[in-house]
Amino acid sequence: MDIDWSWIADHRDTLTEHALIHLRLALLPVLFGLLISLPLGVLCRRWGWLYPPALTIANVLYAVPSLALFMIFIQYTGLTASTVMIPLTLYSLSVLIPNVVDGLASVSEPVRQAAIAMGFGTLRRLMQVELPIAVPIVIAGTRVAAVSSISLVAVGQLIGQGGLGYDIIRGYQLQFQTQIVAATVLIVLLALVTDAILVTVQRLLTPWARARGKAAS
Amino acid sequence: MNDLWNQIDLFWTWLTASSQWHGADGIPHRLLQHLYYSGVSLLCAAVIGLALGLVVGHTGRGGFLAISIANIARAIPTFGLVLFVVVIEYSIIPVLVALVALAVPPILVNTFEGVRAVDPDAKDAARGMGMTGWGVLWRAELPIALPLILLGLRTSAIQVVATATIAAYPGFGGLGRYIIDGLARNDYQLVVGGTVLVVLLALIVQLIFAGLRRLIISPGLLGSARSS
Repeated sequence: MDIDWSWIADHRDTLTEHALIHLRLALLPVLFGLLISLPLGVLCRRWGWLYPPALTIANVLYAVPSLALFMIFIQYTGLTASTVMIPLTLYSLSVLIPNVVDGLASVSEPVRQAAIAMGFGTLRRLMQVELPIAVPIVIAGTRVAAVSSISLVAVGQLIGQGGLGYDIIRGYQLQFQTQIVAATVLIVLLALVTDAILVTVQRLLTPWARARGKAAS
Repeated sequence: MNDLWNQIDLFWTWLTASSQWHGADGIPHRLLQHLYYSGVSLLCAAVIGLALGLVVGHTGRGGFLAISIANIARAIPTFGLVLFVVVIEYSIIPVLVALVALAVPPILVNTFEGVRAVDPDAKDAARGMGMTGWGVLWRAELPIALPLILLGLRTSAIQVVATATIAAYPGFGGLGRYIIDGLARNDYQLVVGGTVLVVLLALIVQLIFAGLRRLIISPGLLGSARSS
């Protein structure tokens, strides 16, 4: 395996640009996924009958290969970034919805009762007690969703929207190892940094876990 | 709705054309290739993931390391790995290795979490009944962890079946061939045909695992599994 370091040095700017596009394509879907699963998870928790069908739909969508899902959306959104981001959003749901529901379910009954006894209404209890307690489990799901999303985006290059996937395909077409390795390693690095950031966010959002001397994750 | 009907119609005319059913580019041949790639990778991944997960979960040592490695492995883009290794050596092995790398993390993590979460009282009871380390693992921990382990296997199986489509890009056939060819030729019918076949295959995998869950999991445990 020979790596052409001077090529990497010469193409730092394009690689950075592709990495930024890559991050946007991968992480916006996870954000949208959270925006959908948080309210949906709360509703599922409220009305239990909603959960099995919601989970089944999310799981069936997850079974569709990414390439196939991109193809299906091409005829609606064309060769645009949305065609990559909509499927990735749908994928994230199969991890995020169960984790939001499990997270809310992890609130122990005495804690809920205590909040009610303190005069918290449903909304205030949700925002100030239940959601904060659910944070570790929700973030655990978000980490899996974000990391898989970052590694999936590369496939989007087959329809022309892949961030660093461009360098993987270009390197393959030119039989130029350096470009493939550089892009692949960058993708792994992006995933690791994103994961570390999410862990930090979790620690900031749950100061009580640290106070107990042990981070819940 | 009309749109959906058009797609089904498109798929049906494609599926029932007689030319689809023989030769190297026929559905049976492509389907077998796809099943072969997916089956071999899943089997290897199951052996690695189960063995590591059971050992680490049972002994309780190296858990953090195993989970961290599994999480990093999740970040490796399969697509990049496949194309990179194929450039070095053009053979199907790299594709299989990439699929195994994709399938190990969910199996490993779920097996580990499943075994670790076994109620210590149940383990104590098994020891009290005279079971040794292996006996506890095989007859108490494994059956109790089975719902989570199956869930991990299912996640991996679906990912592998869906991702094996990538094998077609460097030219190893499988059902992805139709999608990639269709895309290259602007033949939408071919794309829809390949897509529907892969989706059907993934759904069949889901059904098989739903059946397995009913068959091999102790009834006392059902309804307590959750995904991770």
